[in-house]
Amino acid sequence: MNPTDLVDNAILRDDVPLFRPGDTIKVHVRVVEGNRERIQVFQGAVIRRQGSGARETFTVRKISFGVGVERTFPVHSPIISKIETVTEGDVRRAKLYYLRDRIGKAAKIKERRTTRVS
Amino acid sequence: MATKAIVGEKVGMTQVFDSENRAVPVTVLRVSPVRVVQVKTKDKEGYDALQITYGVKAASKLSKPEAGHFKTHNVDPGKKLIELRLDDISAYEVGQEIDAGLIAKGEKVDVTAVSKGKGFAGGMKRHNFKGQGAAHGNHKKHRAPGSIGACATPARVFKGTRMAGHMGHVQVTTLNLEVVESDPEKQLILLKGAIPGPRGAVVTIRQSIKGGVAQ
Repeated sequence: MNPTDLVDNAILRDDVPLFRPGDTIKVHVRVVEGNRERIQVFQGAVIRRQGSGARETFTVRKISFGVGVERTFPVHSPIISKIETVTEGDVRRAKLYYLRDRIGKAAKIKERRTTRVS
Repeated sequence: MATKAIVGEKVGMTQVFDSENRAVPVTVLRVSPVRVVQVKTKDKEGYDALQITYGVKAASKLSKPEAGHFKTHNVDPGKKLIELRLDDISAYEVGQEIDAGLIAKGEKVDVTAVSKGKGFAGGMKRHNFKGQGAAHGNHKKHRAPGSIGACATPARVFKGTRMAGHMGHVQVTTLNLEVVESDPEKQLILLKGAIPGPRGAVVTIRQSIKGGVAQ
C-alpha cells in the first residue's frame, strides 16, 4: 500500500501477462506516424525487470542485423498494445547482463521444460 | 501577491502518462476543501488576506483561544489555521469552502513548504564543497572544508564564511510548476516535478508569480 495508490491504480494495466527475465517475448508497440498509427513488434529476450507498481519497467534485448538492441518499456505504458510470451527461459539470474558479452550460440537461453503455474 | 492560493498535503511522488504517452514525473498533493475562517482587510487589519483551515480537529484537542476563534466566526474547527495573502479578497466570505477546482489543469503554480531537515551538515553536503583527496597522505581530513581565511591579517574569520551547520527545515518555494491534473472529487492535484518537504508536509499552492502561461 503506497501513499500514491490513488493515482497509481488508475494507471496500472490488468492485461500484462506473467513474464520474467529469460523469457522471449513479443512486444507489440504502437507507433504514431503523423496521424496514422501502426503496430511494430519488438521481439527479444527479457533481460531485466526493475521497479514496482506504476513505475516498473522491463528491458528486451534482441540482435538486429548483427547489432545488439535493447529497449526498455514501462510495464504499464499505454504504447504497448500487447505482450506475447514466445518461449519461457530457464535462467539463474534476475538480471541477464552477461548476455551482452556473448554472441551466437553462447547467448542462447535454455528453455524451461515445465511451464510454471500462473 | 497571488490572485489565488490554496493549501494541501504532500502525498508523494509517482509518474503518470500524458496524452502523447510519455511518462511524466508528478508530485501528488491532497487538497481537501478549505474553509475561510476570517477575511482580513486593509481597513481593519492593515493588509488583505484569508485565514483558512482544513480537515477536522477534535474538540478535546482544541485550546480555548482556538475554540473561541472558531466559534466567533462560526466555522468547524480544522487542523491548522493558515493565512493566505491575496490581491483581491472581495470574492471571499467567512465560511466559504474552496476546493482543488480552484487550480485548473495546465496552469502554472508556485509551491511553498518547509524543506526536509538535514540536521547538522558538513561543508560538502551544505555548500557543495569539494572536500579533499582520498589518498596522497591525507589523514582524517577527507571531508574537511580546508582553509577558512588568512592568518595575522585579518586575524579573524569573516562573517558569512560558509561552514558546517544546520541544513534544511527552512521555508522553500519552488516556482513555475505545471498542474498535470486537478481533481476536486478525489481531492487531488498533480504537479509536474518535485516540491520541498517530506511526505505529509503542509504546502501552499499559489498561482505562479512569474506568470508562466499554460501551454
